Amino acid sequence: MSKYPTIGESLRHQGISRRDFLKFCTAVASILALPAAMIPKIAEALESTPRQSAIWLSFQECTGCTESLTRSHAPTLEGLIFDLISLDYHHTLQAAAGTAAESAREAAMQGNKGNYLVIVDGSIPLGNPGYSTIAGISNVDMLKEVVAGAKAVVAVGTCAAYGGIPHAAPNPTGAVSVDSLITDKPIINIPGCPPIPLVIAGVVAHFVTFGQLPNLDSLKRPHSFFGQTIHDRCYRRPFYDKGLFAETFDDEGAKQGWCLYKLGCKGPVTYNACATTKWNDGVSFPIESGHGCLGCSEPNFWDAGGFYKPLSVPINGVIKATTGYALAAGAAVGAASGALNRLKRSQARQNHETVTITDLERNQK
Amino acid sequence: MNYIEFLLWVRGPAFQIAIAVFVFGISLRLLEILLLGRSPEYAAPRGSAVRGGFRTLLTRTMSEESIFRRAPLLIIAGYVFHLGLFIVILLLVPHILVFKDLLGFSWSGLPTPIIDAVAVITLLALFILLIYRIKHPVLRFLSTSQDYFAWLITFLPLLTGYMAYHHMINPYPVILGLHILSVEILMVFFPFTKLMHAFTLVMARWYNGANAGHKGVQA
Repeated sequence: MSKYPTIGESLRHQGISRRDFLKFCTAVASILALPAAMIPKIAEALESTPRQSAIWLSFQECTGCTESLTRSHAPTLEGLIFDLISLDYHHTLQAAAGTAAESAREAAMQGNKGNYLVIVDGSIPLGNPGYSTIAGISNVDMLKEVVAGAKAVVAVGTCAAYGGIPHAAPNPTGAVSVDSLITDKPIINIPGCPPIPLVIAGVVAHFVTFGQLPNLDSLKRPHSFFGQTIHDRCYRRPFYDKGLFAETFDDEGAKQGWCLYKLGCKGPVTYNACATTKWNDGVSFPIESGHGCLGCSEPNFWDAGGFYKPLSVPINGVIKATTGYALAAGAAVGAASGALNRLKRSQARQNHETVTITDLERNQK
Repeated sequence: MNYIEFLLWVRGPAFQIAIAVFVFGISLRLLEILLLGRSPEYAAPRGSAVRGGFRTLLTRTMSEESIFRRAPLLIIAGYVFHLGLFIVILLLVPHILVFKDLLGFSWSGLPTPIIDAVAVITLLALFILLIYRIKHPVLRFLSTSQDYFAWLITFLPLLTGYMAYHHMINPYPVILGLHILSVEILMVFFPFTKLMHAFTLVMARWYNGANAGHKGVQA
């Protein structure tokens, strides 16, 4: 095997058969909503392209995104992502530590200048650079330095895409998303807490095959995975339409698998592929396990009024107080206005002059 | 502001403003009206004020036959859209959840496709009434800009709700947010337009009926 093996070589080295490889290409074409005619093209591109150099930066995160990727059982599609890329730096997964690790990053940046992919998980604190540093370098500095020579940036997970938990009110670290700092490079968001590993694999495969990122929506997410809501593809949708809802997590409705809307499911406003690709090798997804969707692939999902509050319900907890004050203020102004009206009436009564016949006759002349 | 921030804004601060204005306006106007009081009744009673009150409550809710024959479409469309509004507002499950959150109690709703059909009928009835208002020379003459405005802010929540249910605008949170926003606009203007009749019609009818009843008038 050469120093920079192609993806095909690397896969064969791992004992992946040609049949499995083509199956993978077919699956990639299908999940990216590409026509079947593209399968040979994908296969050819993956076969002949050297593995894409990638630098993985972890900032304010919980490592859940990495866990989600690495816990997927080989040789699933998700597992193959590591064969598509040459992961030159990932401080959780790499063997090197300290200076050696940082030199690996610098070597990759110089060796593949202008061509490497930057994958980011975690948000970036702007409140104080000391809140999160790696090798003494603040997150914002490292991001800007590494992205400067990158071909594209992939923001993996809700923290990198929108700020996530660190960004939730009151946002003590001043956490921001990747795309609020980087504006001069192509960026793709793959949100989710954690994101679906297959989506990461699909996006990387698309990038390797076509040399560019797939089509994105207004939140910079790939259309092919984030084009429909969880609700659109939910197997419990017929119960929603019939008006059959679980009222609690253990009532008869819940046992019958009825819709979880009343229990706070955010499926109707959440764009993601969970309902179709599912999790854990296609076993299930949260709603199938009996819990409503939290809306983890949408911005600000931590501040959306509570996971167990229905979607239609107002968010604020101080509505009762507001209503009370408004009622009192309205009553006060109403009483003042009523008093004013009474005053006017009594004044009118006082100023009232009796008109006699003689007055009228005088007026006529 | 992305679409989720918009949705969170209409569900949060905007709703708070709307409900504050709504409650403020309703309590202000009701108190203002009630404090006007009633003028002293000098005439000897010739009938029961209570019976007169109840009778007028009923008769003003039903349509006089001769009037009905003159404009049946107007009256039917009027009934239909009022009933439709009640059904759509009070019997759609997501709406009931809002009332449950605000009032602390709830009731059972209807399946969404039924509400959907009622919404279409209500929209049509409102549309017929608008055309009638524009086409009929006398009605057009009597109409002020407030009449058209009140029509619009009643029509929009229905229209956006229908569009939200059918995902006519994507992404869905945009149309859901617009629907909630249209209701908030309705709430803000409700106490200060003729829409206030929802709160005053019972006491107004009672007042007229009780007056007539006291005087022995067969109204």
